[in-house]
Amino acid sequence: MRRWLLPEAIEDVLPAEAWQVEVLRRRLLDAFRGHGYEYVIPPLLEYVESLLTGSGRDLDLRTFKLVDQLSGRTLGIRADITPQVARIDAHLLNRSGVTRLCYCGSVLHTLPAALTASRQPLQIGIELYGHAGTDADAEIIRLLVLALQLSGVAASRIDLGHVGVFRALAAGAGLDADLELELFGVLQAKDLPTLREIVKGAHIAEPFRSALLALPECYGGSNGLAAAAARLPALPEISAALAELAALARSVKDLPVSFDLADLRGYHYHSGVVFAAYAANHPGAIALGGRYDKVGLSFGRARAATGFSLDLRELVRLAPHAAAPGMILAPCAPEDLLLGQAVAALRAAGEIVVDALPGHDADWAEAGCDRRLAYRDGRWQTVSLE
Amino acid sequence: MNGITIALSKGRIFEETLPLLAAAGIVPLEHPESSRKLIINTNRPDVRVVIVRASDTPTYVQHGAADIGIAGRDVLLEHGGAGLYQPLDLNIARCRMCVAVPVGFDYQQAVRRGARLRVATKYISTAREHFADKGVHVDLIKLYGSMELAPLVGLADAIVDLVSSGNTLLANNLMVVEELMTISSRLIVNQAALKMKHEILQPLIDAFAGAVK
Repeated sequence: MRRWLLPEAIEDVLPAEAWQVEVLRRRLLDAFRGHGYEYVIPPLLEYVESLLTGSGRDLDLRTFKLVDQLSGRTLGIRADITPQVARIDAHLLNRSGVTRLCYCGSVLHTLPAALTASRQPLQIGIELYGHAGTDADAEIIRLLVLALQLSGVAASRIDLGHVGVFRALAAGAGLDADLELELFGVLQAKDLPTLREIVKGAHIAEPFRSALLALPECYGGSNGLAAAAARLPALPEISAALAELAALARSVKDLPVSFDLADLRGYHYHSGVVFAAYAANHPGAIALGGRYDKVGLSFGRARAATGFSLDLRELVRLAPHAAAPGMILAPCAPEDLLLGQAVAALRAAGEIVVDALPGHDADWAEAGCDRRLAYRDGRWQTVSLE
Repeated sequence: MNGITIALSKGRIFEETLPLLAAAGIVPLEHPESSRKLIINTNRPDVRVVIVRASDTPTYVQHGAADIGIAGRDVLLEHGGAGLYQPLDLNIARCRMCVAVPVGFDYQQAVRRGARLRVATKYISTAREHFADKGVHVDLIKLYGSMELAPLVGLADAIVDLVSSGNTLLANNLMVVEELMTISSRLIVNQAALKMKHEILQPLIDAFAGAVK
């Protein structure tokens, strides 16, 4: 039996990478803290009904489940922390004003989210409750961009969408739930050939028919929104959604913003603006977010809500890496006070100093040391390891 | 890479894609049948072609190893299409996905009886869906080629396979009893590439759309 073998898409984080992940985690949480985001640590598992509140079948299939020996009820290991944070805001904090929360923790997926994704992403994110305006969405997008910047990754594209457009078209055309779900999948894939077949077969009336067919092509740069508006019927919900998008785009117009009205990721969960950040050399979105005003209701209290999250380990993989700093070897001399002071001064200056242990002379380079402390000219000095 | 990479498979898809590429002003500098190179440059310095196995095309594009690719609907259905945009049916490499049985085998009767059929195929998901929709129990046998042999030597009762001319079936005394769907090739696009390389990709997609017969 190969006892060293780990399950598929589950891995250890080894020394060099582990510090990179931890350093970035601290840096991001500090930045969130500086913007007034309070830190929460939700539990690893919960009753599955709480975890899956408001989410689609997708998250259900992606959640590991087990039976609670105390209650006999089904527990889920969280596949997404956002619903947990929404529960905390809606039910436990019970504040009436704006609440800003941040979190970082491992989640588990039965199926990896993408081809090379881990089944244990390290999710980090922020959520803002109690403000329904686009200013709140703009704050989230700015912090998303800041998080990428802090890791040394440039956000090449911030893609904005709005689930309200498709929702209004589906309601206007009187689609039943099955057909809506089918169209949702087809729109996600911008699968125009299949979309044409479905629209034809389902006898969808104008203007919804042309609007649905136009939706996969409603994407592009900042001028794309006006072009999209011309192809969609002037329903009040659609006009409101497009106005919201335009307002949001204006308030972040210094960022590389684009639109995609057929990007319906998290359609069941989201209620308004959605956004995705793309970076060079990554085959999908690196961070996702959006508005989910209805989710709090199932925990007892509807709250305006918006936020973003990303997989910290994925971000570390994308970030440029400086070589890890070499360590300094200090000789084993516990009674030498001068040496003790020199070591303390180096550590205070941010250097890594390891105490030599007798009998391992050959191995220090392997352990990561590139310098050592030597007593020369009456003081302890840093010299090369030789 | 700053330019774009197109994933194509050798043979029919490559041949029938050449006119579409030409419409977009792209001419590969080598031909995969005469060159053993897997990365082929084109007349445009910002466009290159990678030659992959047909069933691998969606994987390359999904993973961003290629920005766009051309893949048969058969291959896309088996792959599932996760992480891909499929904006265009190119109407090339056309054929049909069919159920075929040996001449003389009463397929309809076997289905009506509720018999459990043994079906050999390369397209496991597509076949499973089809028979589940019909309400027929099947044992699927995954094969990688020469499907027509399976019913002749008693390995399977029926096969699910692509049929273009029907000559192979005819030569092996098999006949089509059911058509699942028509197959043609589609343009597939990596989701991040469409956002990030929109300026290069959109004219290409438009040119392809204009050249589709």
